[in-house]
Order: sequence, then structure tokens, then C-alpha cells
Amino acid sequence: MIKLYDYVLSVNCYKQRLLMSILDVPYESIPVDFYPGWEHKSEAFKKINPLGHIPVIDDDGYILWDAHAILVYLAAKYDPSGQWYPAGDPERIGETASWMLFAEGTTNTASAARLCVNLEYDFDLEACQAGAHRLFRVLDEHLWFRERQGLDWVCSGAHPTIADLALFPDVVLSEEGGISRMDYPALRRWTDRFRRIPGFVPMPGIFPPAAVKAGSPD
Amino acid sequence: MAGTAGANGECQNRAVLDQWHPVGAIDEAEPNVVHVTRLLGESISFAVTPEGRSAAWRTRSDLTAGTPVDPESVTGTLPSRCEFLYVWTSLGDPPEGSFHIPEFFEPDRRNFNACTLGVYTSAPRAVENFLDMGHFPFVHDGYLGSEPRTEVVDYNVHVDGDTNEIWATECQFWQPAASATATEGQMVEYIYRIMQPYSILLYKSCPAAPERMDLIGLFVQATSEEHCRGHMFLSLIDDESSIGHIRRFVQTIFAQDLPIIENQNPKRLPLDPQAETPIRSDRASIRYRRWLSDLGVTYGVIPAA
Repeated sequence: MIKLYDYVLSVNCYKQRLLMSILDVPYESIPVDFYPGWEHKSEAFKKINPLGHIPVIDDDGYILWDAHAILVYLAAKYDPSGQWYPAGDPERIGETASWMLFAEGTTNTASAARLCVNLEYDFDLEACQAGAHRLFRVLDEHLWFRERQGLDWVCSGAHPTIADLALFPDVVLSEEGGISRMDYPALRRWTDRFRRIPGFVPMPGIFPPAAVKAGSPD
Repeated sequence: MAGTAGANGECQNRAVLDQWHPVGAIDEAEPNVVHVTRLLGESISFAVTPEGRSAAWRTRSDLTAGTPVDPESVTGTLPSRCEFLYVWTSLGDPPEGSFHIPEFFEPDRRNFNACTLGVYTSAPRAVENFLDMGHFPFVHDGYLGSEPRTEVVDYNVHVDGDTNEIWATECQFWQPAASATATEGQMVEYIYRIMQPYSILLYKSCPAAPERMDLIGLFVQATSEEHCRGHMFLSLIDDESSIGHIRRFVQTIFAQDLPIIENQNPKRLPLDPQAETPIRSDRASIRYRRWLSDLGVTYGVIPAA
């Protein structure tokens, strides 16, 4: 079974839990005492990942680190539909790669701001917040134009990709970093759509979708 | 708000300045090294000795974060003390002693900081959320509550005449997973105690010792009027669970609260009784708001007109 070196409040670990839940891949969570123990910086953990980062997966002896790289691996290996990582479609795979790089930006701004606020990381909070707003503005416009074309996700096609999945936690937890989503209506609608993907699981700080009651108008 | 914060956001409210405020967990502060944090709109530094003595001072350029320092050699310091797991300081003239937690010294208790997390809200909003049982089934579904068992049974609230602390007693709530050791749902008894404007303690029935209670504290460090750090104090009778397991449980609960408290507007707590509409189960919050008014707290709140 896949082992995930995991921390409950880490967005990058959550991305892996989310994808494995959606793809119905069983895994074992190995808790890493990220805070207050800083176990990921320990010599013992650096034998697993010399960079001292989580998440790391161990898939039957195959070790991989870096959150977005793990998403690529898991989708390529465990999504029989080939939709989450659309390797057979040059245009969609190009877009997926592009938005995955964009998600590195949201991680380094929105999620970095969250670490500043929650755990007093020594980053420039205002620069992180300003950077996140710049990226959210771009993503909001992009999603707005997508909606006009009847498309729900960041890449072309009718199915979400790991690019949506890589972006979602950074966006939906942004308020913990003091980044309001008030001005990004298309972004907010996209987060609501994402929550309704079958197999979606929340993490602390993210609400599951509101239950649709029988007979309710929507 | 006039009289609340100065031009640079520093606190000018005597009732708050004169309190003891937590600035960090002793166990998480490397000894003999400068640590920098924020308190009441100002940058504050502190250091602890390996023996658990502390010094705190307004941050200055010759002692930047991470600089090795002998805390006892620092001059021009603020009042400080190490107590109940944390370093406390004050920007005013604090009382000689602070509140008491006699249970803390019982030999079989495990006392530790579960986590310190920063939150985008005022300190009183964080305290009030901690005090509220009504949100359990909705925000902590499957842990501290579960629909349809949403009723908050009536409870008592009083202010102790000697200590001027607020006590909410005979609180009960049905909880599916009341603690890190819970294996089944149970009716849990709670007592809340608010010792000072930004510090609250919860006494909760203890699965391992039915005649005693576990203590969970939220000691809030108001970094500014609309941002704070919550220090989660635990004093438990539980020799089964690992500290890591308990911490994961508490951190999960704490993080579940973040989207709720960060979306409460205004971020400062309104003390005007007409400002927000309470329901019967909010009696403790109503008392808390009135008590803050009576104490003259204007920082982190919107004072009643």
C-alpha cells in the first residue's frame, strides 16, 4: 500500500489525500510532526527526503517527493480514465503543465502567506498577499472566460485535471493568509464546483459541499 | 476608534496593557536565543533560560531574531514570567500574580502546548468562539458534535465575586469523538472559565478518570486588534495517547474553526448588546461581552456607544 508522509494541516499533503480519495486509491498516512516538532527537518527524515519537505510517498519502495510531481505520478498510474493527467492529448497536457507551474506560484504566495499567519514563518507577508492577489486576478479572469464557453475547469475539456486539484487548496484556504476572495466571483464558483467532485474529502479549514436536500430547488 | 490604538496600531487601552499576555510556548522557544513576535501592535522580543526564567523587551536592532543572548543580561526589559507552559509579558503595570490553575500541579497530569496558531480575527472573537457550544455539530461534525443532536442544554453563568472570573457551569453536549481517546459518542460535561479578557479555560469530563476533569485552555496573544495567536494549553489525565496523536486531534479541531472565525465581520467584537442577535445558548457570550465593557476593554472590540 502507498505510504504518504503526511501532516494534517499541510495543503501539499492534502492535495495527495484528495487525489487518492477521488481515485479511490488506498493509502496509509504516516503522520509527520511538522509543527511543533519540525520532524521533516530532522536527520532521520532527511534520509527519506534530503530536502526536508513533505509530502513524500513510498509506493511499494518507489519514493517520490514534491507535491505536484506526486500528483503527476499518482494520476498517471492510478487513473484508468486518463483524464486527471491527460497524457494522450498534447494540448491538454500542455495546459495542465502550464497551470501546474502557475500552482507553484499560488503555493509560494497564498499558501506561504498562510504559513506566515498561522505559524509565524519569516516571509514577507504583504508581498505574499500581493502576489496571491495578482495570480487570483489572472485565474479569476481565465475561469470567467471558461465559463462563457461552457467549461468548468482550468484546462480545456469537460473533465478536471490535476491542475485544478493543485490550485484548489491554495485558493480555498487563502483567507487563513489574509487573502480575501471577495473580488473573485468566478474563482469562488470554481471552488464550489470542485467540492462536488465525487470522492472529494475536506481537510480542517475546508468545508465539505453543503448537502443538497431532497426537493431543494437547486 | 479613539483611545483604542495609536497611529502605528499600538494599544493604548490601559485595561489591556495592564494584563499578562502570552507570547510563546516555553517548550518551543530554543533557550538563550532571541525570539521575536508581535503583541498589541508592537514587535516584542523574548528569551528563556534553560531553567525556565524569561526576559521580554520591545524589539531592538542589536538583538535580532536568532541572536544568542543570556536573558538575564538584557536591560530595559518588560515584566515577564514563565507560567503554565508559556512566557507571559505585559506592556503596562500587571498584577503581581495571575490566575491559578491548581490542577496543573497534580503529578499524574500531562501538561503541554498542543499548538500555537495565528488567526485573522480579534482576540475576543477567538475567545468567544471557544466559549460557544452551538457550533459544534456544524463545524466539528463527527468530533465535538453531530446533527441532529444540536441542542445546547441550558447552563449557568456567574461572575466569581472574589476573582472576577466568569464561570459557565453545568454545560453538557453530546459528542461523537470528544477527545483523542474517545471510541464512542458520549454526553460530555463542560465548565468554562474566563480568567482574563483574552484567556479562557475549559474543564471537560475526563474519559480516563470520571471524577476528575481534563483542562483545555485557549490563551490568546492579541498581535493586533484584528489578528491574534491562539496558544492551546492542555492539562490531561491520559497516559495512553501519544502526544503527537493528541496534538493532531487538537490541531484538526482548531483548524476547523478558522474559516468560521475569519469570516465573522466585523473582526473586532461588538460590545453593544444590540449589535448582534444572540440566542438562548449564547448566555455565556452575552456575559463575556458585558464583562469586557465593565473592565474597560476597548482593544479588539467595538465598544458599546
